[in-house]
Amino acid sequence: MTGAGIEQTTLWIVIAGLAVGSFALRFAFLGLVGNRPMPAWLLRHLRYTAVAILPALVAPLVMWPAATGGTPDPARLLAAGAAAAAGWITRNVFAAMLAGAGTLYGALYLLG
Amino acid sequence: MTFATANSPFGKGVRDGAPFMLVVAPFGMLFGVLAGEAGLKLGETMVFTITSFAGAAQFTALQLMQDDTPTVIVLVSALAVNLRLAMYSASLTPWLGAAPLVQRVLAAFFLVDQSYACAVTRYETEPDMTLPQRMRYYAGSVILVTPVWCLSTLAGAVLGAGIPESWALDFALPIAFISMIMPMMRTRAHVIAALVAVAVALPAAAVPYNLGLILAGFAGMVAGARAEQVIERRRCAP
Repeated sequence: MTGAGIEQTTLWIVIAGLAVGSFALRFAFLGLVGNRPMPAWLLRHLRYTAVAILPALVAPLVMWPAATGGTPDPARLLAAGAAAAAGWITRNVFAAMLAGAGTLYGALYLLG
Repeated sequence: MTFATANSPFGKGVRDGAPFMLVVAPFGMLFGVLAGEAGLKLGETMVFTITSFAGAAQFTALQLMQDDTPTVIVLVSALAVNLRLAMYSASLTPWLGAAPLVQRVLAAFFLVDQSYACAVTRYETEPDMTLPQRMRYYAGSVILVTPVWCLSTLAGAVLGAGIPESWALDFALPIAFISMIMPMMRTRAHVIAALVAVAVALPAAAVPYNLGLILAGFAGMVAGARAEQVIERRRCAP
């Protein structure tokens, strides 16, 4: 328990700021650009948004999981590999998740 | 995998979004548990989770607040994690930009990794969908995930530290995202974008305020766009 370490004022500023800021980011293009046409070069880059940002978000979490204090963990590396392989082969989100979760629990059990 | 009853755009959205319940539930629960451990009261945790509706950024903010980081830096870092939402917003604009303002406000509020991943994949494979069909699909894709996110946060906050560490809830997020990404690897350009993003993200993880994520994202997008042009030019060349 770190408990009660966060000041009330700070907490509410962060909650309000994150709520307003997150919505502003989400609304930025959908709301303000609307149906005005966007240039081809921009659209070409936007096609790769998801396949760039999501792997970039995940890679450090897989290599240095917070749960093990940032040390690479064989069980988590195996689980990530299994999810990726199953997703690549089956092209099915659900199958990939099952493979990842199953491998994680199996490896945690076997490797301790 | 088609069910006769679920062939409406809304039904397809529900079906494509449903598996994400399995991911969002442990993730929401984990947030509830960690928020409780950080000293947040139940009401505070719930207001936080419902108003920002942004898993990864909430975890970032929570972590930094406990480390006594200055408030401005907490906000900037958490919003930097959420910068990807602006990129998603931009990426959905060609598909949803012509919708009425109220619908765009709602779509923006419910724009999360899951709804974006579902929507962009479906819109690209079925470009003939009409705008109202796209909106109904979008609504279907978030209708299950949203209540599950809120309720699982609540459950985590209530159950608190009673959840054993051996459940490894922390790894629900990476597994979920990897599972979402792999089926998106439709062309060689997509694969190149992902590989470049990872190659930049690992060393860039040391960049402060989570800006490494944004750097890596941009690098991946540029690499993907460039690869697409090169591949296309080769195809056209005699």
